[in-house]
Amino acid sequence: MASVTVKRLWKEYGRQVVLENLNLRIEDGEFVTIVGASGCGKTTFLRLLLGVEKPTRGELLIDDKPIPPEPGPDRGIVFQRYSLFPHLTVTENLLLGLEFTGSRFLGRLFGAKRRTALEKANALLDSIGLYAARDKYPSQLSGGMQQRLSIAQSVICEPEILLLDEPFGALDPGIRADMHEIILRLWSQNRMTVFMISHDLKESFQLGTRLLVFDKRRQDPQDPDAYGATVTYNLPLKAKATDRLAA
Amino acid sequence: MPRLINLHPPRGSAAFLAVLPFLVLIAAYLFGSNTRLEANPDDKLLPSVATLVDTVHAYAFEEDRRSGEVLLWVDTWASLKRIVVALGISAAIGLGLGLTIGAIPYIRALAAPFVAAVSMIPPLAILPVLFIVLGLGEVAKIALIVIGVTPVIARDVALRAGELPTEQLIKAQTLGASSWLLSTRIILPQLWPRLIDAVRLQLGCAWLFLIAAEAIASTEGLGYRIFLVRRYLAMDVILPYVFWITLLAFLMDWMLRIARRRLFPWAESQR
Ligand SMILES: Nc1ncnc2c1ncn2[C@@H]1O[C@H](COP(=O)(O)OP(=O)(O)OP(=O)(O)O)[C@@H](O)[C@H]1O
Ligand SMILES: [Mg+2]
Repeated sequence: MASVTVKRLWKEYGRQVVLENLNLRIEDGEFVTIVGASGCGKTTFLRLLLGVEKPTRGELLIDDKPIPPEPGPDRGIVFQRYSLFPHLTVTENLLLGLEFTGSRFLGRLFGAKRRTALEKANALLDSIGLYAARDKYPSQLSGGMQQRLSIAQSVICEPEILLLDEPFGALDPGIRADMHEIILRLWSQNRMTVFMISHDLKESFQLGTRLLVFDKRRQDPQDPDAYGATVTYNLPLKAKATDRLAA
Repeated sequence: MPRLINLHPPRGSAAFLAVLPFLVLIAAYLFGSNTRLEANPDDKLLPSVATLVDTVHAYAFEEDRRSGEVLLWVDTWASLKRIVVALGISAAIGLGLGLTIGAIPYIRALAAPFVAAVSMIPPLAILPVLFIVLGLGEVAKIALIVIGVTPVIARDVALRAGELPTEQLIKAQTLGASSWLLSTRIILPQLWPRLIDAVRLQLGCAWLFLIAAEAIASTEGLGYRIFLVRRYLAMDVILPYVFWITLLAFLMDWMLRIARRRLFPWAESQR
């Protein structure tokens, strides 16, 4: 778990202001849902947290320390698509994080270490309902199965922060309910701080302990790029995940 | 009436359609050969089937009077050795270059323009240089193929590496991958199928370079034989040799295709 602090953060691409004057304090273990109009800078904000983009101005702190300049195992990500490795089976995709951190040169585990890792992976596969598909390749999975695997793949590394960029955007509503159950369970078990972009307001209210709305405060009709989006609403929601799991 | 693009031949007709052009070619040959031989029994341009069979038998199953060797096999072995070694070297260098160019921005900045420029050199134009520098032996012939084929393979592989979604590379980093692990466990495995495709597409060029090199300086090899007997207008040797080379190239292509399917099943379902 980690807290995130954003202080007077600006992000500009050339002369297009995407994010302006963002100020936030997110505590340990919150489940932050983010909504906002398309193109207003939600993904950009996640990319800043991930370390693949740098703020133009301002500060971004994790646990009050500057954010590392590169992506790392402390911050997991689930993209809308392309998060899985097509050349690896379901099990291999899931083992990857353990193999990368456990074997710096070969990136593969053997013997007892491999058995421990496999046990962990199989337990996780079981809990997300993918055990039966463990030897399939990602292209043989449905969209929902792919996203479940992608989430588990990040969670297995036990990140402090989990970033989700419209992870269920491409899924139909029936499957989403299962996905919500899974993500809430993984969140409460793994004690992560979660940031999740969603375009579904109901989903955002249901899942989050805090809802952020990104929007532009000012508009210049002659020059739409002149002003950027910021957090216009910062709503604390229900607190405990376990309550909502039961509900 | 359905559109032409939606009409698919049933299995049997598809097989017949596939064989048809070959049958037409053979028929045209037999007809041409017959008419010419009727007009002039000494005609050498389109030898009769009987002559072809005799010659093939002599080259493939009888020892040559002068050398005591069975020429077709000596030539085949010599040529195959050269082309397989050369393609192996090209694939290895091409993969290494392509991977590092595709994965590491500094290497890309350093090597990509150079490889692009080198790939524009017409290899046959520097064949004399190779013969002068490396002598007339095996090395020059293999070098010609390697120089001709490697840059194209390297560029193709690098292109593929560049096509991998950035999402994948970022995700791997969030799973703790170093540059080394990213290259060896994420990028490299996804380049193998494309490497095979690149080699398959370069087979034609490789044979072209091989035959050119053998035609100019060699003492055995399929290309050498064709250019040797050309002096005697020995179409009865040239035509079977051309057929044989085509068959070999086709088999190499086919084996690579099978290998790709067997070794990288995930790449098939992905298309
Ligand atoms: N690398 C980049 N270079 C230039 N402009 C960019 C870049 N990345 C994003 N932008 C611009 O920043 C703005 C915000 O993009 P972003 O992807 O963050 O939007 P978003 O809120 O995630 O939208 P959506 O809901 O459609 O995914 C867009 O106007 C986009 O054109
Ligand atoms: Mg987005």
